Amino acid sequence: MNAGLLLLEYAVIGLALLVVALDLFCHDSDRRRQIGLVASGCLAAICAYSFLIHPEGSAFGGAYVMDPLALWFKRFFLLTGVIVMVVSTEYAKQFETGVSEYYVLQLFALTGMLFAASANHFMLLFVALELMTVTFYVLVGYMRQRVSSLEAGVKYLVLAAMSSAFLIYGIALVYGVSGTMDFTQLGNRLQADHDLTGNVVLRLGMLLLFLGLAFKLAAFPVQIWAPDVYEGAPTPTTAFLAAGSKAVGVVLLLRLMGQAAYEFALGSEKLLMIVAGLTILYGSLCALPQRNLKRMLGYSSIASAGYLLMGFAAMSASGSVAILYYMAGYLFSVLGAFAVVAVVANRAGAADVGALAGLSRRNPLMAATLTMAMVSLAGIPPLAGFFGKFLIFKSVLEQGVNYGAYYYLVGVAIFGVIVSLYYYFNVIRAVYWSKDSADLTPIEISSPLRYTLWACIGGMLWLGLYPQVVLKSAAAATALLKLPSLN
Amino acid sequence: MNLLSAIFLVPLLAAVLIVPIPRTIRWGIRLVALMATFVSMVLGLALFVKFDAATAVNGFKFDYMTDWVSLPGIGLTIAYHVGVDGINLGLVVMGTIVAFAATCLSKEIDRFEKEYYILLLIMIGGILGAFVSLDIFFLYFFHELALVPTFIMIGIWGRGPDRNHATFKITLYLSLGALIALAGLVMLYLQSGLKTFDLVALTGHFQAHPMGEASQRLIFPLLMFGFGILVSLWPFHTWAPTGYAHAPTATAMLHAGVLKKFGLYGLLRIAIPMMPAGAAEWLGVLALLCLGNILYCGLVAMKQRDLNFLIGNSSVAHVGFIFLGIASLSLVGVTGAVVLMIAHGFLAALTFGLSGWLRQQTGTTEIAKFGGLLRQLPFVGTFLMIAMMAGCGLPGFGNFVGEFMVLFGSWQAYPVITGIAIWSALVIGGVYMLRAIRDVLHGQMDEQWKSLRDADVFRRVPVVILTVSLLLMGIFPRLLTDKIKPDVARIVASTKTGGMAKPTPSSPTKPVVNSHEVPKAHH
Repeated sequence: MNAGLLLLEYAVIGLALLVVALDLFCHDSDRRRQIGLVASGCLAAICAYSFLIHPEGSAFGGAYVMDPLALWFKRFFLLTGVIVMVVSTEYAKQFETGVSEYYVLQLFALTGMLFAASANHFMLLFVALELMTVTFYVLVGYMRQRVSSLEAGVKYLVLAAMSSAFLIYGIALVYGVSGTMDFTQLGNRLQADHDLTGNVVLRLGMLLLFLGLAFKLAAFPVQIWAPDVYEGAPTPTTAFLAAGSKAVGVVLLLRLMGQAAYEFALGSEKLLMIVAGLTILYGSLCALPQRNLKRMLGYSSIASAGYLLMGFAAMSASGSVAILYYMAGYLFSVLGAFAVVAVVANRAGAADVGALAGLSRRNPLMAATLTMAMVSLAGIPPLAGFFGKFLIFKSVLEQGVNYGAYYYLVGVAIFGVIVSLYYYFNVIRAVYWSKDSADLTPIEISSPLRYTLWACIGGMLWLGLYPQVVLKSAAAATALLKLPSLN
Repeated sequence: MNLLSAIFLVPLLAAVLIVPIPRTIRWGIRLVALMATFVSMVLGLALFVKFDAATAVNGFKFDYMTDWVSLPGIGLTIAYHVGVDGINLGLVVMGTIVAFAATCLSKEIDRFEKEYYILLLIMIGGILGAFVSLDIFFLYFFHELALVPTFIMIGIWGRGPDRNHATFKITLYLSLGALIALAGLVMLYLQSGLKTFDLVALTGHFQAHPMGEASQRLIFPLLMFGFGILVSLWPFHTWAPTGYAHAPTATAMLHAGVLKKFGLYGLLRIAIPMMPAGAAEWLGVLALLCLGNILYCGLVAMKQRDLNFLIGNSSVAHVGFIFLGIASLSLVGVTGAVVLMIAHGFLAALTFGLSGWLRQQTGTTEIAKFGGLLRQLPFVGTFLMIAMMAGCGLPGFGNFVGEFMVLFGSWQAYPVITGIAIWSALVIGGVYMLRAIRDVLHGQMDEQWKSLRDADVFRRVPVVILTVSLLLMGIFPRLLTDKIKPDVARIVASTKTGGMAKPTPSSPTKPVVNSHEVPKAHH
């Protein structure tokens, strides 16, 4: 067994234990918040380290793989973790108790994500997902004094438990028919035995699996939880859910479709197209009337899941590269937005769009970050979101030559983009030219958060203006998937 | 550095330079913006002067190309490719001049100056970038880059109680147009199978191996309507008067003058040369729709009581002539369309600049409230009159040259439409422009305007520059037409070899009955 492959996971678990130990020596909550800074720093170091290593191999009898795809997503998760941790440190003033536990739980959720990136076996997939999801139950309902947080926690608990049930049932059915839980073996068996692909029980199992993972993506028809949970959860948790949890769904779907059940996935593009179209429509249209920022971002995250599913529906190498690129852009955009929302909502007591009034005077940097995040999410150049959406649209249109329905999907997506412009620009409007700005006191933010905001801006610009590096890494990461390339 | 890249990179770099300047140092921010646009304008003029001597690569001068993204594995190659020929040369030079003029006239901005100048410079960089790019991806990229600041600027610094409505209207219309065009552009890319967005390569490919007629019929309207919405093609024009009436002066100048021409440029540069059969099929429709611009918007302009709405509608009406020139697909008509694009850019910038100044000084643009202003404001009044006269198509200005060539060139293909266009240009245009001159500049002056002061030097310089440019174009049209003609000839020739039979401009007799049909029908 190659224990060295798990270095990143070990490091994060070790860091979590370190935080627990440090907590023993802290007696006041100010000190405890400083632990967050220490943890952010250590996590940043781990994240930086992950960009230097290129390990390859597998462990636990092939259940755990370390390949370019896994490494790409591990870097993604670590980067998300660092930003979320910094935001949490700023946000932790709201917690009366359990400040350091909040950091610890986030680190555990992060560990679950790191394992999920490497899962090549249904057992590891389920355990990693549960590690993440169970931790999120607590993280979502962390503000015990607030009814909205508790409500969100309960909703998440019930719905996520249901999706886990779908998932485990699907796994059982797939195992029952194919006789294996290993992705590689499953792929080989499906390839060797074509009757297996048509098996109804296996299909049902795959469908349940898809639903279980679509829940993490917040895709139609298992998207109901997203707005409520996004609204009620503490904002750093929301940010972590939006970027991290979604990416877990993405990486597992990619692995399932590209490696384990490729033969099966080939026949399911119609389903994916319908789900993608409905997800985009639901997310964009429901976001329109929202006044609560976190809720609006919840619906916009559903719409983003729809764009990601378009990439899946394309079933091509360029589609999967587009997915990865879109996720990379999404990371900086959505985390930048939530970082600002976390601070503003903290001040105003509510995450209403009106709370943004006068932000351009209260803190220009935050105003600029939020504006750029919205512009990027809307998919407008020169920011990251534009190039991500461009790649996705292109990959889908490429398939239109083979199958005309792809054109309709693009039509729906264009409609979604236009609608989304309205609610994204609404936010920009509130930031810059809203009239009712009663409170104009400047908002001070800590320097780590300031650097993080700059990093988000930098990331959005970098991915929008100089895509080559990340594109190459995304292409390398998805090269091992069995998706057809155009050439 | 390549001259063309410098022209649009200077404003963009200046935008970055402004970021660290403290917002209290207003003059510093403004100075950087003025310097950048001035340098850009000087570079633009240098480009114009050096154009004839430069050597062309594939028909484009000052050509520069480098890889931006290259992933052959998934069939994605995007190159940064810039170059000018006769068609975009004038647009680029006009863009740099208008940009400088707009920056000069931005002195009216009194809040969030820092954000304003950053957005203004990004917008300018995007506009100029779009016109020098020879890669379809960057063409679109820069156009969108310029659009976003437009929306935000109208929202923040715009005027009037309806500016939210105006902002959203212009945002949604233009985004819709841009996305429809984007779908068409990506389909062009996929049709070629070349795995490149390079305009030169794609045009060459489609001229050597014409696209299937069915695909042309599908993609051409996508581009025509997508680009058409961007240029306020009737009946998708309603965003334009509303948007411009509420926009800050510089934004209206830059958008109406320069950025809007992007759609026309795209039609001429991308859609027609690559899809001649689709063009044959659809340009007849375009000619009919442009009548909506010329006639309908002209009549709407006549009814306006607000100076800004009048100018906005007349600007939409003028665009109709450019459409007509392009639809004619004759050497004279298309050359005229290009000249008119440039002339209209100067004119729109001039009129919006002057009316914006009036609005800022008087707080209103209602025509009924004005009167006799020429006595109080000799400078502004004189130039407003000059601009209005140029708008009527008075000889001596660039617009006359352009409109004359367009009407001359389109007579063969669309005699009836051209006839109506001439009538409406002379009569309707004359009516509303002359009436506006009478109501605003002559007659009794209201007491309240006694305290008005004439324009200061910051306003005089840009107004004079724009007017001189218009006059130069009108008096020495060959300065431009000689540069434009060879490249238009290439495009016109390519549409004829591309399987389309168009009547030659010299064919003497032609039944008027067929006049409404597409040129193909004469075959």
